[in-house]
This record gives sequence, C-alpha cells and structure tokens, in this order.
Amino acid sequence: MGEFFNSVQFILNNYGDLLIKGTGVTILLAIVGTGVGFLIGLLIGIYKTIPIRDEDSAIKKALYKIFNFLLSAYIEVFRSTPMMVQASVIFYGSAWIFGLRLNPVTAGMFIISINTGAYMAEIVRGGIISVEKGQFEATHSIGMTHFQSMLYVVLPQAIRNILPATGNQFIINIKDSCVLSVISVTELFFQTKSAAGATFDYFPAYFIACVIYFVLCFSITQILRYVEMKMDGADTYTIYGTEPVINGADTLKRGDK
Amino acid sequence: MDQPIIQIKNLKKAFGQREVLKNINFDVHKGEVVTIIGSSGSGKSTLLRCINLLETPNGGQILYNSKNILEGGKIHQYCAKVGMVFQQFNLFNNMNVLENCVVGQMKVLKCNRQEAEERAKKYLDHVGMLQYINARPRQLSGGQKQRVAIARALSMEPDVLLFDEPTSALDPEMVGEVLKVMKDLAASGLTMLVVTHEMGFARDISDRIVFMADGIILEDSTPEELFNNPKHERTRAFLTRAMDK
Ligand SMILES: Nc1ncnc2c1ncn2[C@@H]1O[C@H](COP(=O)(O)OP(=O)(O)OP(=O)(O)O)[C@@H](O)[C@H]1O
Ligand SMILES: [Mg+2]
Repeated sequence: MGEFFNSVQFILNNYGDLLIKGTGVTILLAIVGTGVGFLIGLLIGIYKTIPIRDEDSAIKKALYKIFNFLLSAYIEVFRSTPMMVQASVIFYGSAWIFGLRLNPVTAGMFIISINTGAYMAEIVRGGIISVEKGQFEATHSIGMTHFQSMLYVVLPQAIRNILPATGNQFIINIKDSCVLSVISVTELFFQTKSAAGATFDYFPAYFIACVIYFVLCFSITQILRYVEMKMDGADTYTIYGTEPVINGADTLKRGDK
Repeated sequence: MDQPIIQIKNLKKAFGQREVLKNINFDVHKGEVVTIIGSSGSGKSTLLRCINLLETPNGGQILYNSKNILEGGKIHQYCAKVGMVFQQFNLFNNMNVLENCVVGQMKVLKCNRQEAEERAKKYLDHVGMLQYINARPRQLSGGQKQRVAIARALSMEPDVLLFDEPTSALDPEMVGEVLKVMKDLAASGLTMLVVTHEMGFARDISDRIVFMADGIILEDSTPEELFNNPKHERTRAFLTRAMDK
C-alpha cells in the first residue's frame, strides 16, 4: 500500500505538469468537439426540417434532395465507424493524399468535431420534431416566416429538450477523446502512457488518470444539471400590479395541462 | 353592403383521394360574426386552416379585400392580419405571457418594444389576464391559457379573427370565462369567424350561421332562421342532436 502511494506521489511530482497539460488538452478537445459538433448538428437539423411543399419548383426540390443525400451520407459514415479509425484515416490519409503534416491536436479537434456533428445532427433533428406542431402553427398564424418561427419559438424549445443529450455527448467526448492518442494527440491518456512508460509504474499512473477522468465527468454532470434547472426558470411567478382578483375563476391555478 | 373582407370562392381541398372541402362559397363582411357549425369531420377546421393558409387549398380563391391571396404575394402580412385561436391554445412554451403577446408585434409588425408591450398589456387587460404577464404557459389553467391566446391574437390587431373550437379542450367550469371574452369581442365590432359546438353561444353572438356537412355548405342564414326554420333535413337532425346534449 505504502509503495503504491509512493509511486503516485513520485509520478505526481515528476509528471504532474505533463498530466495537467494532458488534462487541458482533453478538456479542450471535449469543449471544441461538443461546441463545433453542436453547431454542425444545429445547421443540419435546421436544414433537414425545412418544409418542402408540392408547389416548390423542381430545381429547388432536386437541389434540396441532393444536398440532403450528402448530409445523410456524412452522418451514416461517421456513425458507423469507430472514431479511432476515423482519426487514423484522416490523419494519415491527409498526409498520403495531400502531403499535409497536420498538427495532431488540430487534427484531433477537427476529427472529434465532425464525429460529434454526425451524432448531434440526429439529436437536433429529433429535438425539432419533438416540438409540438401547434407551436409552428401558432407562429404561422401571427405571420412569422419559417426562419423566424425556428429562431424565436422552435429552436429555443428544441435546444432545451436536447440539453441532456448534448451534456451526455460532452461527457462521451471527455472519455472518448483518448482514442485520439492513436495519432499522438497529447491528451490525458497519451501523457499518462508516457509517464507510465518512463516509470514502469503502470498501475499508479493509470489510476491517477482514472481519478482525473472521473472528477471531470462528475463535475460536468453536476454543472449541466444546474444549467438545466436555471433554464427552466422559477417555479412561481410574480403577480403584476396590485389589482384585486378580477373574477372568481381567476384564482391562481397551476397545473400541467 | 360594403365589400366583404374575406370572400371564399369555389374553395376545394383534398387530402390524397379524400375530398374534404368541395366547392365552398361564402363571404365575411367587416364587423360580422359568422359561426360555422356541423358534425365532426364535415371540414370545419380544414376550412379555417385553409383561410389561414395552414393548409394549401387545391382549388378556388380566397379573396382578402378583393385580392386573391392564393396567387402568392405577401402571405405573411396576410397571416398577420388574419388571426387564429386554436383549440389547443398553442401558446409559445418558451415565453411568458407578455412575451407571447409581444413577439409577433416586434418581429412581424416591426413595432418597438415599448409600443408592443403597451398594446399587449391593453389586450391582456381586456381578457382579464393582465396580472399574469410574468407567468409561463405551463403555470396557467386551460381557460387562462385560452384567454392569453386570444390576447396574443388581438395584439396583432387583426382584421379578422378565426376561432377553431376555442372551448372544446376546456373543463366545463372554464368554458364560461372564454365565451364571455368572445362575447365582448363580438359586441366590440371585431370581425369573427367561429367554429363551435356551443349552440346557445352561436345563437347569441352570430350575425350569420353556416351549417356544413360533408365538405359543402348546406345552409348560410341568420340564427333565427337557422334555429327556428332550418331548410334542410340534415340541419334539423344536427340541431336536434346538438340541442339534446
Ligand atoms: N392532415 C390531414 N390528412 C388527412 N385527412 C385529414 C387531415 N386533416 C383532416 N383530415 C380529414 O378531413 C376531414 C375533415 O376534418 P376537419 O378536421 O376539417 O373536420 P371538423 O369539421 O373540424 O371536425 P371536428 O368537429 O371533429 O373538429 C376528416 O375526415 C379528417 O379525417
Ligand atoms: Mg375541427
């Protein structure tokens, strides 16, 4: 037992900086990946829910279909292959085909973003579809355009609905970014492997990584819960003015109806 | 009489093979309250939804101030001037009561916030919901939601307001508060086109009642005429059934 703690102590003293840097890269990858992936997903989700009507021109319909097919291909390819393989193909492929020497961290951010985008696209589309049809109809009935309807009414509700799924994606990204070590991205797992290899203290080193991953994911879960609670607003509301209740039916009734 | 605000000419609507509206013709004049009655599935909602362009008709014309709105043009401006109150209220869930009544004025009519809030408060006061401006839709009862929905529609200062069974989703004790608001509106001279199953109410507030059956208008007459002296056997049968309830 004492030996274990000594090793942990030793690794922290000598490789602490490295591990902190690795943790930083891991967080960076997760934030960029989830943020950019969310934006990609949002754009695709919005595109896929544009209403196409019978009376639209044939060219418009054809263009819409072609682009829609390309987007679906992107989503399916990235959802049906492991990110580790995607990383290798893109990193080595860009060198092989285009002669590019990508910076591994930049490449990592790119890969995790488009990978997350493929998942977020479906999540956002589901979120938009799950907003009641009546909400669209009400925006239409006061003269809003489809774009205004999306911006002011539908997306705020859709985004609220998909917040838990997005948080989940963020946590997956913290953990799964470790597969990017395959292209030498210097994230937490990669740095731990270096420390372990240098000291031959494999168990203590990976144990430290384990604790760091757990603390990261656990605190993010708590933060997201708090954000969700804030977004739902207060449970009560303040009465405006001081006029007495106007008629008998006006008692403060609250219920989810 | 003056030029009608809305004229429906030979309007047709089919869902696939199913013809839901077959050649509908009628007019709504300024200040008129027209009620549409008829049995379930006769096409009443579809007619209102066509007038508000929530459905695209397959044929015929909808003239608004003599202009056919089905020929394209400023559809959104038209929609802003023809309001709709839905059976399921459809308040914007992500906004409080005040924002529900403000957002359309600001984004569609391009009013500034102060002007929009003043107007919203005026109409919320009309429907007795001024004190709830900070509440969210989920914190209101059905009757309160519907009154806010009416205020939201009024805030756009529409030329015509369409109502599709505004009290059908309400508990019986809340029907009265909504009908009272609608009666006041009718008395104030607002042009209204109302689909309802509340026969007593229809009789009280309507200038004209339209009876629909199987996608056509069977009768279009005054309440006295329709209730006391219906021309068609089907109208008589419908009224007998409706009054029994
Ligand atoms: N989107 C749709 N697709 C297919 N059929 C539809 C659609 N909307 C309505 N219908 C059909 O059109 C007919 C008329 O429907 P509509 O809702 O206009 O009737 P209604 O007179 O409003 O009835 P209710 O009193 O029950 O509300 C019904 O038979 C209905 O099934
Ligand atoms: Mg109906």
